[in-house]
Amino acid sequence: MTETTPPTEGTTAAASDAEGFFRLGEPIADTKAPRGVPIDQKWTTRKFEARLVNPANRRKLSVIMVGTGLAGGAAAATLGEAGYHVKAFCYQDSPRRAHSIAAQGGINAAKNYKEDGDSTFRLFYDTVKGGDYRARETNVYRLAEVSANIIDQCVAQGVPFAREYGGLLDNRSFGGVQVSRTFYARGQTGQQLLIGAYQAMERQVAAGTVEDFTRHEMLELVVVDGRARGIIARDLVTGEIQTHLADVVVLASGGYGNVFFLSTNAMGSNVTATWRAHRKGAYFGNPCYTQIHPTCIPVSGSHQSKLTLMSESLRNDGRIWVPKKKADCDKDPRDIPEEDRDYYLERIYPSFGNLVPRDIASRQAKNMCDEGRGVGPEVDGVRRGVYLDFSDAIGRLGRKAVENKYGNLFDMYQQITGENPYETPMRIYPAVHYTMGGLWVDYDLQSTIPGLFVTGEANFSDHGANRLGASALMQGLADGYFVLPNTIRDYLADGPFEKIDESHPAVVEARQSVENRVATFLNTKGTRSVDSYHRELGNIMWEYCGMERTAEGLRKAIELIRTLRDDFWRNVKVLGAADTLNQSLERAGRVADFLELGELMCIDALNRRESCGGHFRAESQTEDGEALRDDANFAYVAAWEWGGDGGQPVLHKEDLVYEAIEMKQRSYK
Amino acid sequence: MAVTGLIFVGYVLAHMYGNLKVFAGQDSFDEYAHHLREFGEPILPYEGFLWIARVVLILAVIGHAYSAFKLWHRAAVARKEKYSARRVAKSTLSSRTMRWGGVTLLAFIVFHILHLTTRTITPGSNSDSPYERLVAGFQPERWWLVLIYLVALVALGMHLRHGVWSACQTLGFTNTAASRRRANLAGISLAVIVAVGFALVPISVLFGIVD
Amino acid sequence: MRLTLKIWRQPNSAAAGELRTYQLDDVSEDTSFLEMLDMLNEQLTGTDEEPVAFDSDCREGICGTCGVMINGQAHGPEVTTTCQLHMRSFSDGDTITIEPWRADAFPVLRDLIVDRGAFDRIIQQGGYISVNTGSAPDAHATAVPKKNADRAFDVATCIGCGACVAACPNGSASLFLGAKITHLGELPQGQAERDTRVVNMVAQHDHEGFGGCTNIGECTAACPKEIPLDVISQLNKDLRTAMRHGL
Ligand SMILES: Cc1cc2nc3c(=O)[nH]c(=O)nc-3n(C[C@H](O)[C@H](O)[C@H](O)COP(=O)(O)OP(=O)(O)OC[C@H]3O[C@@H](n4cnc5c(N)ncnc54)[C@H](O)[C@@H]3O)c2cc1C
Ligand code: HEM
Ligand code: SF4
Ligand code: FES
Repeated sequence: MTETTPPTEGTTAAASDAEGFFRLGEPIADTKAPRGVPIDQKWTTRKFEARLVNPANRRKLSVIMVGTGLAGGAAAATLGEAGYHVKAFCYQDSPRRAHSIAAQGGINAAKNYKEDGDSTFRLFYDTVKGGDYRARETNVYRLAEVSANIIDQCVAQGVPFAREYGGLLDNRSFGGVQVSRTFYARGQTGQQLLIGAYQAMERQVAAGTVEDFTRHEMLELVVVDGRARGIIARDLVTGEIQTHLADVVVLASGGYGNVFFLSTNAMGSNVTATWRAHRKGAYFGNPCYTQIHPTCIPVSGSHQSKLTLMSESLRNDGRIWVPKKKADCDKDPRDIPEEDRDYYLERIYPSFGNLVPRDIASRQAKNMCDEGRGVGPEVDGVRRGVYLDFSDAIGRLGRKAVENKYGNLFDMYQQITGENPYETPMRIYPAVHYTMGGLWVDYDLQSTIPGLFVTGEANFSDHGANRLGASALMQGLADGYFVLPNTIRDYLADGPFEKIDESHPAVVEARQSVENRVATFLNTKGTRSVDSYHRELGNIMWEYCGMERTAEGLRKAIELIRTLRDDFWRNVKVLGAADTLNQSLERAGRVADFLELGELMCIDALNRRESCGGHFRAESQTEDGEALRDDANFAYVAAWEWGGDGGQPVLHKEDLVYEAIEMKQRSYK
Repeated sequence: MAVTGLIFVGYVLAHMYGNLKVFAGQDSFDEYAHHLREFGEPILPYEGFLWIARVVLILAVIGHAYSAFKLWHRAAVARKEKYSARRVAKSTLSSRTMRWGGVTLLAFIVFHILHLTTRTITPGSNSDSPYERLVAGFQPERWWLVLIYLVALVALGMHLRHGVWSACQTLGFTNTAASRRRANLAGISLAVIVAVGFALVPISVLFGIVD
Repeated sequence: MRLTLKIWRQPNSAAAGELRTYQLDDVSEDTSFLEMLDMLNEQLTGTDEEPVAFDSDCREGICGTCGVMINGQAHGPEVTTTCQLHMRSFSDGDTITIEPWRADAFPVLRDLIVDRGAFDRIIQQGGYISVNTGSAPDAHATAVPKKNADRAFDVATCIGCGACVAACPNGSASLFLGAKITHLGELPQGQAERDTRVVNMVAQHDHEGFGGCTNIGECTAACPKEIPLDVISQLNKDLRTAMRHGL
């Protein structure tokens, strides 16, 4: 299905900085969204056109679901209820622990319960605009359309959303939008939503429609005659390599922020499931789009294993500053007089001040630290932190009021840092938080491999170049409860597909490759631990493919990653055996895939010589240092095809066409 | 467990009330012991009520001990491999000594029956007057007997302290923080009342207040 | 700081285990407990000894994956998860004993990792509200008094870590069970299945080999989410009501 052009002179886009690193392929387009109907009729039309599967046939149809987060758990439950036979996989010891659980803020839905002018169209518009006009219009509209049903479903499941005294649901405004459409369960919305989906799924386990495979990791995709027909998984307890075959495979395996080593993702979050599929022919969409969150707790030393997010709401009352003089950076902040402090956001953006969007706040913090004015402990010779100071707020509102509003966040901060934020300013620093990129899918959420569907954060998603707060939970559940179960039936209507057995050459090949890889890791017997490679890769990515990217830096990063990858395969040290619970072995596989993904991210970032959303190219900014989009050259989705080991990836462009709304440039001055 | 335990509580309170009659003098006490045997006549035969009470109590003891040992066994198989380091966080001593405390009580009950009911063991006197048996028993030269009774009462107090709270919890009376506080308070008060109430008798005899 | 670690090492569930002693130097007090174990593992890898297997995922106290017994206390000396515990809670020269959760219903898989599948099986027996996707009425169709909604939320914060079982002298999972019963029982949506839910979940709990509750209260003390003991009272009450209804 991949149509590529030979790597001759002139076939690479002339405008691309990434020349020499990729080949240009045929354009690609979604063919599933109904044409010729207004945007608000497309989903209804598609649901009607998608063929039905006779209930009696459903139990003969099997679905492999990789991932049990909001996207996977919800879909497994719903498909189980419909009567399909679902096998659900997760690497944790229980489906309830998927990283969706960590989401704090809330979930958006166009319910308009506040009667404040919200509507499906407004949510759609905000999401496209928030994504800096790099998302596919039809998908986003559908997301907004089904958002209201999500809340109904979750409430019926017993999700304890916050309520008002009258007993009705409360809403708040989130992520800088002007309507209150965010539903929340204190600071634990993701947890409560996931437990709802998990319980629905466990109910199906009891009913016999869903089979749970916990502590199982997908390590390869099985493609037979061009269709996705199964996976090779490793039982993480016994080490057994297993083959699971089915009529259709769904990947709901979450985001790949851990390519940066330090991120707000869970320790086990990985790209393996989607990367393996990518290598088997699924295109990877916009890999360079990552979101960096400005208010995280800074790195405290080289032992750091992950970063913790604190709600952005802190910026409503806290003031961000760094010392004016480098010499003050290791002083007690309380001893630095007012005139020696630089409230840099208030200085640079007088009208928005501390409330500038996530990417701007993040980038400026990095600039301050790069100038040598960062605060906190020195890690690798640089202080990476800025102050978030509540002393004004405490003076103005009183300590009690601040405690009521932010008490739990202050406690969390104190628990982690051992410092009391009521007395000394907090230190914050940006951290990688979310990846908008992922496997390319059409309107049906089907990838470029027939029979391989991708949902949730794992697909290139509906968020364009930047995701709005409280929209990832919405997308995960929209995909899982309402979209996938409707679109997958059109594919399954052709099933059950021809039975294949484990001796099929494609199955044998997939299994063999997994076994070989495991053996290679164990037999390399080098000198460096897996984690040390992961850390180094993370440093490269953060330095050159993080908040601010330049052509020069990205080229350097590609070199560094290639060298590191070569070294990894020659010198990695994985102790233990294949047939036991072996955590170093698990990590080795994940890091090996990150080492390939990292390079593609840099190539994608290098190619996209524009700034949009979370992707900031230093070469493309306004005079005031703001992101500058280049719609003439880059209003497309970059869908990358695997170019083979040692080969060059192939770029397929999906042009973004806006019919319902008009493209605009944002400004925060 | 809770129901049989509460039967004991009722019994123990009644029993204590009877014991305190010692302070009203020999006649009153012996009268009371005699009355217990005639209670309910002529509908019930002589000692009829006492036997009903005894049967109920014996059944309760069996039921209570059976459940206790069953729980004990479940706990033992629920964690066969023990921790090599263990530090208690907040539980009370009484909650952690229910089992051995209960066994102590069982042993004591047997002893107590042999002593004052069947008169198999007769420290001091084997008079037909319960009052005399009691007073003679707790004389200073038989301090060890007083000690046995006092130890048993401490055990009883502790057992009740946790037992009453636990029974409230088991019966689902403690759904709020306030009701939990009340249940704990009830446990403590009952434990103190019962332990002190019973202890008054042997102590008074020991110090010659009752003779 | 310098630490002496006594850590339970067990190659798999069938093999016998033992406590082994390790020295670890240069631990900063800003390190989290699990990062301290990461450091130890790097050191072990360097000396060709297999790293200590332990569970963790989110490392921010919400997924419930982590959890070990630290000096005889589930999740260690603070009211938090193991991943949120920091080394400033310890002192230079300390000896720290680290063991897995011990309960026969949670068999040790390797070193400090146990199998908590029993919790999933308990949930399968009724820890849900039966509502198929698409069949839900509007979210505002039923108002839920704030008092009930708040209590439901407070107990729904259970992360399923198993510390309650680990700390309970009886090896009972009543706190975990009570939290789910109370969460669903507080909501109008949860009423239809209230009786069968409690009966079936308790039966599964007992079947898994957890001990019986004697209301000692070590569970709440160990619970990182401070689930209160009254959920067990609620559990008992609901069970009694169900039995009165003839179940
Ligand atoms: C700290 C934090 C806070 C957030 N706050 C918000 C918020 O307030 N609002 C909002 O809308 N969004 C928020 N997000 C984003 C949102 O939580 C996620 O994008 C979303 O939950 C992802 O859901 P998912 O189902 O796609 O993936 P996950 O929930 O990550 O699930 C991935 C699943 O895939 C499985 N898996 C992965 N790889 C494999 C493999 N190889 N083999 C087998 N199984 C595998 C895992 O076991 C897991 O079950 C937040 C994210 C973070 C990190
Ligand atoms: C036969 C000797 C006894 C033994 C072996 C015994 C043992 C136990 C045990 C193991 C428990 C369970 C712990 C708990 O639920 O908290 C218990 C509970 C209790 N016991 Fe006893 N006990 C004995 C005698 C008594 C006596 C004499 C009384 C009353 C005076 C009593 C009153 C109670 C009460 C009220 C409870 C609480 C019941 C509940 O929680 O459901 N027990 N006992
Ligand atoms: S009740 Fe508390 S200790 Fe028990 S599993 Fe839930 S969170 Fe963990
Ligand atoms: S690792 Fe998630 S709670 Fe500790």
